[in-house]
Amino acid sequence: MKRVGVLALQGDVGEHVTMLESLESVVVKVRTIEQLESVDALVLPGGESTTIAHLLETSGLRDVLGEKLRSGFPVFGTCAGLILLSSEVLDGRADQWSYGALAVSIRRNGYGRQTASFESPIEVKGVGSVSGVFIRAPRIVAWEERVEVLATLDHGDGRGEHPVFVRQGNVWGAAFHPELAGDPRLHRLFVDSL
Amino acid sequence: MSPSKNPATTGTALVKRGLADMLRGGVIMDVVNPEQAKIAEDAGAVAVMALERVPADIRRDGGVARMSDPLMIQEIQAAVTIPVMAKARIGHFAEAQILQALDVDYIDESEVLTPADEENHIDKWAFTVPFVCGATNLGEALRRIGEGACLIRSKGEAGTGNVVEAVRHLRTINAQMRRLHSADANELFALAKDLQAPLPLVQEVAQSGKLPVPLFCAGGISTPADASLVLQLGAEAVFVGSGIFKSEDPTRMARAIVEATTHFQDPEVVAKVSTGLGSAMKGWETSSLELRLAERGW
Repeated sequence: MKRVGVLALQGDVGEHVTMLESLESVVVKVRTIEQLESVDALVLPGGESTTIAHLLETSGLRDVLGEKLRSGFPVFGTCAGLILLSSEVLDGRADQWSYGALAVSIRRNGYGRQTASFESPIEVKGVGSVSGVFIRAPRIVAWEERVEVLATLDHGDGRGEHPVFVRQGNVWGAAFHPELAGDPRLHRLFVDSL
Repeated sequence: MSPSKNPATTGTALVKRGLADMLRGGVIMDVVNPEQAKIAEDAGAVAVMALERVPADIRRDGGVARMSDPLMIQEIQAAVTIPVMAKARIGHFAEAQILQALDVDYIDESEVLTPADEENHIDKWAFTVPFVCGATNLGEALRRIGEGACLIRSKGEAGTGNVVEAVRHLRTINAQMRRLHSADANELFALAKDLQAPLPLVQEVAQSGKLPVPLFCAGGISTPADASLVLQLGAEAVFVGSGIFKSEDPTRMARAIVEATTHFQDPEVVAKVSTGLGSAMKGWETSSLELRLAERGW
């Protein structure tokens, strides 16, 4: 059985743990380098991307995870996790860094502030309709061809369809929060790919 | 226009409670200007609370404490990328309407401000923006959730730098939840009456053993050790008001409390970040207080 970590520095860690445990994975909360070295894959939860980025640095995990990502380590990021995995962050802090493991440009709070947060049904390739929960969500505004688009959204703002769930090799990212909707199907996709 | 492929619904309970879920394990810091907001964000705060005076100054100055000037809130929104919260007076739904129009990310219907209504809290279901409310016990927490609060913070005693009331309120809420969780179904009606709380919420807590919304801690947290203490007592995140910008070295204190909140179960980390921090805010012994903010709200 695969050991799946959930980065537990800040954010909705518990919901991801619940999803993964329902799939009978061995789940490890990751706060230290030793814990990171003990897992076969990692989930980057929702939360505040600036806070998680800060805590990745102070805990010494930033470079260790970066090295692992370069050698094909499987990672699934939701919301703040997607921001951390992206290759370009627009409207972030001037010093905001990201891993560049997904060739996408994202705009922070790309759908607006909290009053614009929304739920919308999302059609996911090979899965069907899932409930998309978007909370101060990042918006994917540009993506390279090597990024596989698994779901899109038309937000009805005249800017057309854009990806909200993507995969590039072993790295997966969702702009929304499958962990909040109580539906483990997207986590199952990730776990089954390991 | 053809109907959207993805009809979007805003203001649902899930997206309102969801933002509170995203703040878990984090520190929400009171700030009074954009410079402090930047310091808070740099230190790793998950959100800032924009207000004109921190509770220690409200306590010192007296007078009526109201919602902040919209200009100050807007300047803070422009200065940081993290969520910005702001306070409305208890029962003052017009202040809350203004804060929603300003697009703040969370409203704190707060006992730190002077109450506007001595009987009624705001009908929080009527808003798209989510609300956080304070509570000193489980009945109060469930009444606020019944009114639509999406996040509960134990009140503590704001502006004192003294964690004793926060500990009292957290322990009370947790003990009362344990009591419900161990009760049989016949007892829940009388327990709901004793708690003065809505029966469906009492039944929900009895079933799950926890609040239906996240439980954070506020009021008197002023050191990394305080943060570790309240997290070990079951709080899921902390609000720090006067504790940061009334300390000797706010930048270091802010960073230290953020790290202690993440690594609260690791005393070696908390020890390391506590070392050579300079002095925390001076603080008050609560038995000497003339004004008890936690008694506001009902």
